[in-house]
Amino acid sequence: MSTGTTKLDVVVSDVVPVNDLVTRFHFRRRDGELLPTFSGGAHVVVEMRDGERTRLNPYSLMGSPLDTREYTISVRRDDVGRGGSLFMHRNVRPGLEMVVSYPVNLFSLDRRARKHLMLAGGIGITPFMAQTAQLAAEGGNFELHYTCRTASLGTYADVLRERYDRRVRLYHDDLDERIELDRLLSTQPLGTHLYVCGPAGMINWVRDRAASLGWPAETVHFEHFAAPQPGLPFDVTLAVSGKTIRVDEQQSLLEAIEAAGVDPPYLCRGGVCGQCETNVVSYDGKFIHNDHWLSEEDHRSGCKIMPCVSRFEGRSLVLER
Amino acid sequence: MVAKSIISRPVYGTLSPQPGKHHLFIADAEGALAIAEIAERAPPGFFDDSEIVFIPGPDGKHIAALEALKPAQFHQAPSFASLLPRLRQTLANAHMGLRLYLSGTEGLIGQAMQVALEAGIDHTSIQTEHRGSLARRMQCVHCKGITENVTTQPATCAHCGLLLLVRDHYSRRIAAFQGVCINAEDRSEIPPMEEAFP
Repeated sequence: MSTGTTKLDVVVSDVVPVNDLVTRFHFRRRDGELLPTFSGGAHVVVEMRDGERTRLNPYSLMGSPLDTREYTISVRRDDVGRGGSLFMHRNVRPGLEMVVSYPVNLFSLDRRARKHLMLAGGIGITPFMAQTAQLAAEGGNFELHYTCRTASLGTYADVLRERYDRRVRLYHDDLDERIELDRLLSTQPLGTHLYVCGPAGMINWVRDRAASLGWPAETVHFEHFAAPQPGLPFDVTLAVSGKTIRVDEQQSLLEAIEAAGVDPPYLCRGGVCGQCETNVVSYDGKFIHNDHWLSEEDHRSGCKIMPCVSRFEGRSLVLER
Repeated sequence: MVAKSIISRPVYGTLSPQPGKHHLFIADAEGALAIAEIAERAPPGFFDDSEIVFIPGPDGKHIAALEALKPAQFHQAPSFASLLPRLRQTLANAHMGLRLYLSGTEGLIGQAMQVALEAGIDHTSIQTEHRGSLARRMQCVHCKGITENVTTQPATCAHCGLLLLVRDHYSRRIAAFQGVCINAEDRSEIPPMEEAFP
């Protein structure tokens, strides 16, 4: 059960290859009405029916929040992932009827900011597509620094340069171009907010430097959907519903709980929002925590787990579910 | 010590050294002691990047103690109003990495925070420590006039003369507690006035 989210019946209206790795998908409502309003940084959870299996993956909405005739997402193909992106690339064609969640924003702009400084890495550009469109429409002050591997994999770099010109700065890994992060962070006017979306390593680096250089935590915003990692199968006892289930190698704990007919709350399914936080009743083994929600203290305590992305290895695990 | 009552009533902490490139301290009277104490916990060289703006109390104490910390800049002002243009200028030219520390009376903390909010600093990013008088800045909800240094309950509005109940209801935007007429039904009813915010 997704907390507070009603499902939207949509149809795929267009599928556009963007480059070797990224494809864009457009969705419209099947009843022809407008889609719900969203703000820059919002995501939807896309339901993928793949035979017996249903995958639920979050993707940032990348269209302009001013246009709710359609939702657009861009999906980077991950050949070694759990198959969600491959399903989108291989099976989703215009005309296919799909279900997506209502939009949820866990990476929204702080409208009190005097300036918005955005740092994107790779496919982390997608929420900024919507945020820049929103800010540009209202005359907001922003600057986008976008790192990509090569020019040809710089998804939407050309579009952004054309729309926003010098407000967009590109860095190409293959040309050894690097953000001068300390200088950039030290020269921003008071009242600037920082937004970072990209690989985990980049987010950690930026958050770490920002904290050292005196950026208060409330001015630093980040989003990284952790994809659930595969791992060894393990057994779990659900104390409240009185069931014992097995979590397969390729399955997340949350998916296994859902497959057993128990509906825990969720929103992002990427270890960010905190909705599926679950209390541990008892355990004998070790946790593999992959979320960004629980504190390090929570991780060490052995009292909580985020079943959307975290796993367990050991003899027994009993959850309050 | 300031007690928590309703959610809008500000609570203050203890100044602690934050990571940052510049440290701006604004203090009045006994607020200087909070700065002297943070110096004991601060890393070496902390005051090399610091500026202290100080409004001494009527007794003129603590100036030497602050100068002894050897901040990069030390500035004295006779009143908050007199330092306002300088403060606005400093914040307008400042970059991210500037950290703000406010210590002293509630009136000083509130008014400096008001200017900081206008400059785009989030109130939760500001270090505060209450020292000295509990006197309140109060806004009369009827005439909107501000009365400084209110120490009694009830208090008389310096603008319209109404007798006001000084509430814990506080506005960060106008840096004042709310004062509401205490005898609106019957003006001849005059409750005793007590020293409430010494």
